[in-house]
Amino acid sequence: MRGVRKAFGATIALDGVDFPVRSGEVCALVGQNGAGKSTLMAILAGALKPDAGVMRVEGAPYAPRHPLDARKAGVAMIYQELSLAPHLTVMENIVLGVEPARSGVIQRDRMRETAAAALTELGHPDMSPDAMVGDLSPAGQQLVEIARALASGCRVLVLDEPTSSLSHGDVRTLFDLIGRLKRQGHAIVYISHFIEEVKEVSDRFVVLRDGRNAGEGITAQTRAEDIVGLMVGRALEDLYPRSDRTAGDAILEVEELMPGSATFTLRRGEVLGIAGLLGAGRTRLLRTIFGLEPVKSGRIKIAAYSGPATPQARWRQGMGMLSEDRAGEGLARTLSIADNMTMTRLESLGPAFAVLPARQDAAAARWIDGLAIRCSGPRQAVAQLSGGNQQKVAFARLLHHDVDVLVLDEPTRGIDVSSKAQIYRLIDELVSSEPRDGLKAVPYRYRDADHETTAPRNGLKTVPYRDGDAGSDTTPPEKTSVGDGLQPVPTRARAVLLVSSYFPELLGVCDRIAVMSRGRLGPARPASEWTEHALLMEASGARAAS
Amino acid sequence: MKARRFLDESGVLVGLVVVALIFGALIGPQFFRAANLELMARQTVIVAVAALGMTMIIVSGGIDLSVGSIVSLSTVVVALLLKTHGPALAAFGAVAAGAACGAVNGLLITQLRVVPFIVTLGTMLLVRGAAKGLADERRIEAPITWLNDLLRTARDGRGWLLPTGIWITVALAIVVALMLRYTRLGRHLFAIGSNERTARLCGVRINYTKFAVYTLGGALAGLAGVMEFSKLSVGDPTVAVGLELDVIAAVIIGGGSLLGGKGSVLGTLAGAAIMVVIQVGCSQQGLPNWVQQIVTGTIIIGAVALDRWRQKSA
Repeated sequence: MRGVRKAFGATIALDGVDFPVRSGEVCALVGQNGAGKSTLMAILAGALKPDAGVMRVEGAPYAPRHPLDARKAGVAMIYQELSLAPHLTVMENIVLGVEPARSGVIQRDRMRETAAAALTELGHPDMSPDAMVGDLSPAGQQLVEIARALASGCRVLVLDEPTSSLSHGDVRTLFDLIGRLKRQGHAIVYISHFIEEVKEVSDRFVVLRDGRNAGEGITAQTRAEDIVGLMVGRALEDLYPRSDRTAGDAILEVEELMPGSATFTLRRGEVLGIAGLLGAGRTRLLRTIFGLEPVKSGRIKIAAYSGPATPQARWRQGMGMLSEDRAGEGLARTLSIADNMTMTRLESLGPAFAVLPARQDAAAARWIDGLAIRCSGPRQAVAQLSGGNQQKVAFARLLHHDVDVLVLDEPTRGIDVSSKAQIYRLIDELVSSEPRDGLKAVPYRYRDADHETTAPRNGLKTVPYRDGDAGSDTTPPEKTSVGDGLQPVPTRARAVLLVSSYFPELLGVCDRIAVMSRGRLGPARPASEWTEHALLMEASGARAAS
Repeated sequence: MKARRFLDESGVLVGLVVVALIFGALIGPQFFRAANLELMARQTVIVAVAALGMTMIIVSGGIDLSVGSIVSLSTVVVALLLKTHGPALAAFGAVAAGAACGAVNGLLITQLRVVPFIVTLGTMLLVRGAAKGLADERRIEAPITWLNDLLRTARDGRGWLLPTGIWITVALAIVVALMLRYTRLGRHLFAIGSNERTARLCGVRINYTKFAVYTLGGALAGLAGVMEFSKLSVGDPTVAVGLELDVIAAVIIGGGSLLGGKGSVLGTLAGAAIMVVIQVGCSQQGLPNWVQQIVTGTIIIGAVALDRWRQKSA
């Protein structure tokens, strides 16, 4: 691709980008969200038409008018969200759209051959062509999608964030597969936010920034920091800020909770991380704590309150949750930013049952400013925002509700580096004993006015819980002392429970980390005692095995 | 930006004006005479009242196919009650019967976790059967009371300027519009319709809200039944078959989305009015019934397609 240019109205998304890929190499395309990666790839795939520039595939001019053209020319895309038909079998999916047929009747034998050939080429002859795609793991589904690309004779394979839904082990398998395809002479474009992955899998890299080439190079000869530097356009200072934190009172106590088999205590002023591989039950644990899934046994205590676990009770007790599934659960995408941010606390936005849109907008505008959310205004639909900005909207909901305990499930999945940095900074400010200016501007106190019956402000007094379930547990909390004999400090610092598949992030952000493996949560230990290697050992059960 | 938003929200009003102008041009100025306009308004009322409830239900991502049956049950209940009680109590009883049917819908949908389409398809038959059983499969004659005047023309001192039924509809429309826009219940309905999982995560009481909206929808259908009775002056268990489709069409023409999260009262009223204008216009132009049906069908599909196209180009 040479000199590709694309403008949407006044916004220039791509301004003369060059992007060469040779066969038999893996070229990483990196850049923040909004750098133009998606636009470039949409042009490559034929979904968008460039305003200027030329594209060639193996020397032949290439100007796809729609995705099928691209596929015919040998360019195949594997998107972040897989595009498979879950109710069809593996082989039906592999030949979808190019079914071998004689006068309209499908030839199942040839279909099976094609599918088996593609799977063998990928080194997975063991996968059954008759399995239902919906029953496969995310990794298996991805494999089917790659097989489909091969079956249609692709020469250029574009992988967009292929590891976002894979666990550690599956990522390994994928990298082996990429290596195999490379040796077979395919050209591979690898798009990712994870610099470690780029370092590991690619031969060359191209950095996009603000729609231009910001740099490129041989991966093996470049340091990760330098690549990130090119992406953000400045040296990346401390990605994980850490201000003074003082662990205060226990605010969330979980005892032998099933499912999840977890026992832990979370204090004000700390970030507790839960590490683990995909499918280890981390999300289930968080959802059970938040009342989205039934508690089988065990106790959950938030400050002084323990009672029925429902999401509405949790919000009232001052706990908020950020879902890992931003589009499917985290946000109502057709509704406005203001509606999404204020949904949990409409009470404060008007008298009696009323909700005054003006006050809703004012509340939202404060967070739009505070978190630097790029949008046209509080009434813009969430679906029109970029991933990073959507996540900030979801996060702002917790801030607007002014929760004491933030339960964050994969808060930085699929968002750009600067949004990530902002979320890390935000988490740090929330748990720090001295909130910085950015957050001080927030009227913390206005919940006291409109629901004085929620969780205790300073974590020390009993909770007069009004809604009829006070009987379940009204014992005033005893002054607990922190493990090593320190006196608890009354503080308004929040507590954060963080689940992440990305270990460097956990090590950077958390004070303590516990590892979840096969549904069991291990003991929490200070982050300084963990390394990435140790976390992986523990999470994969390798430690127990040895 | 302002102009665009105005167009987005009132596109269906423009459509209404266009349709009316076309018939005005075909038929002549008498189409816009006060008496004719009032005639059309009266015809709109029954669909419009039921469509107010349907708007709320569709905004929440649901649907109610039992509306037509509830209307017929309501006419039967009014007629039966009028034999022994006063008109006010009869009307109240009919609305309560409608609300009870809606409550059953709400309970079945939230407790059995069966999709609204299936539940209300079932209750459509159930309620129709109950109405026929209650009426012993006959029309029920009822004494003449002021209930029969709800939709009578406003001359001879009945009603103020317009028939009482129209004023009731306008008042209810304002209440429902305010409710959708300015109350917690309203915002929760949009949230559930837009993404039910998000609403649950945010602590919205989903079952309660759904129960409330189907009950309200049932009550409004019951009230539409009172209006229907006023028109018929008998209780008839076989009336209003297929009315639910007109009601749904009004909401959809008015910008509602069957996927939920979208819909407005103003749009719904305009949608209901468009259908009546076509109906009245066609019959006054001397066009046969089949032409009118073809035109209405085209408008339904056209309105949704236009909406799609506008969103895409936005």
